[in-house]
Amino acid sequence: MTLVERIDQAPLLLQRWAVSFFPALLQPWVAMLISAAAIIGVFASLFALSTLAERKGLGRIQNRPGPNRVGPFGMLQPLADGIKMLIKEDIVPLRADKVLHFLAPIALIVPSLLVYSVLPIGRNLIAMQCQLGVLLFFAIGASTELSIFMAGWGSHNKYSLLGSIRAIAQMISYELPMVLAAVTVILATSSLDTVNIVEAQAGGFWAWHAFTPWGAIALLTFFICALAESNRAPFDLPEAESELIAGHLTEYSGFKYALFFMAEYLGMMAISGMAITLFLGGWQAPLPILNFIPSWMWFFGKLACFVVLFIWIRGTLPRLRADQLMNLAWKFLLPIALLNIGLAGLWVKSSGWIAWPISVILLGLAIVGLGRLLRGSRPRGGKRIYRYAD
Amino acid sequence: MDNPSPYWFLVVFGAVALVFPLIPLGLARLWFLVFSPQKPSKEKNAVYECGLESKGDSWLQMKVHYYLYAIVFLIVDVEAVFLIPFAAAYASLPIGAIVAMLFFVLLVAEGLVWAWGRGFLEWK
Repeated sequence: MTLVERIDQAPLLLQRWAVSFFPALLQPWVAMLISAAAIIGVFASLFALSTLAERKGLGRIQNRPGPNRVGPFGMLQPLADGIKMLIKEDIVPLRADKVLHFLAPIALIVPSLLVYSVLPIGRNLIAMQCQLGVLLFFAIGASTELSIFMAGWGSHNKYSLLGSIRAIAQMISYELPMVLAAVTVILATSSLDTVNIVEAQAGGFWAWHAFTPWGAIALLTFFICALAESNRAPFDLPEAESELIAGHLTEYSGFKYALFFMAEYLGMMAISGMAITLFLGGWQAPLPILNFIPSWMWFFGKLACFVVLFIWIRGTLPRLRADQLMNLAWKFLLPIALLNIGLAGLWVKSSGWIAWPISVILLGLAIVGLGRLLRGSRPRGGKRIYRYAD
Repeated sequence: MDNPSPYWFLVVFGAVALVFPLIPLGLARLWFLVFSPQKPSKEKNAVYECGLESKGDSWLQMKVHYYLYAIVFLIVDVEAVFLIPFAAAYASLPIGAIVAMLFFVLLVAEGLVWAWGRGFLEWK
């Protein structure tokens, strides 16, 4: 093994080295435990980093310094937040369903962690290679909706229930275009295995699925749905603080609240990881010359770009209205995603370049047509009046 | 002994993921017991509904529209599940199978158009 390969495979080699201390019978189990602990450790620290990045980034966008008191440049803020959450009193409403109220954050964090088991974070670096990886990801990911409803129902609070019902309506609506966007990639690679999907995109950025007509549209669809699935702005209606206090989080305090917060970020990173795996080449380098940089660094670099994009969008876009939200999912993204599957099929069977003009024309027509249709359904109340604050 | 099936990882990871949130929750409970005993009261542990006193039961009846969305979701989601094995086998399928699948997708798309036309997809 050359040095480059050694660095590339460092996590795997470290795991093998640690496992070798145990008797042969226990070795596979210890390896599993180490993978589990590594996933939790890495992504929980990424969660801490991204909360800091979010608060700093939003601060910059809103022309204020952001956290700058704890440690140099506020770097220790996540630690302070964690300690604060730990020693804060855990208030449970008297009328709440105590069992559901307690179980909801735990039932939320377990699936948000489990989805990472099928994400390839580097060459040979996957916790569990599974032939149905993509399906498993969506199946486990979908069960978070149940936990959110548990939180809303268990709190015995009208705002919580309303928030969780909204969250479920939103999440099931956006799940459809998301799964259908992923189906295009399955069509093109004939595989549900995340490792195969990444390997099918080897060679350079032009081999990535995002650089095909269907792939570009599927990536956009997937990304919009990812924003909605993780309840992030501009789709943060379930937690719209000006309408619903904090939605299903209203009655949670202390570390249970921190668990919800963590689950949101974990879900956001998992879905970004899936978008990277499906459309942006996973751990592949964009150019073959850049292969000397370890594969896991490419994955985490792409992930960081996604997280920054999420933060940027949160700081920039206003929240959607409920009817706009549902219309976007059902009347725009879903038909586009269905059409896109057909175009991906055409692309696979027609061996490339012929499909380009057909795809661009059909997708263009569909996007413009559906867009005009949705614009037409907007209530018209005469001329718009704009008022600016002085 | 043979190596265990790799799918045992889900069980192991599930157990670890279950313990992971319980540790800080247990630590927090310990902190309450030792340093800051809880003092619950009727006002403090009331539900927070913008400061007003909560009226009536919170477990309300929901608008039927949510269920309509759920039913349409169920239909299209099952279609998506049927599409996945089709997509995985697509490259080696004969033209007849693809036409059959096209009809299936068109039927479901027609259902979507019907629901759209009947106004089930209007948020009210």
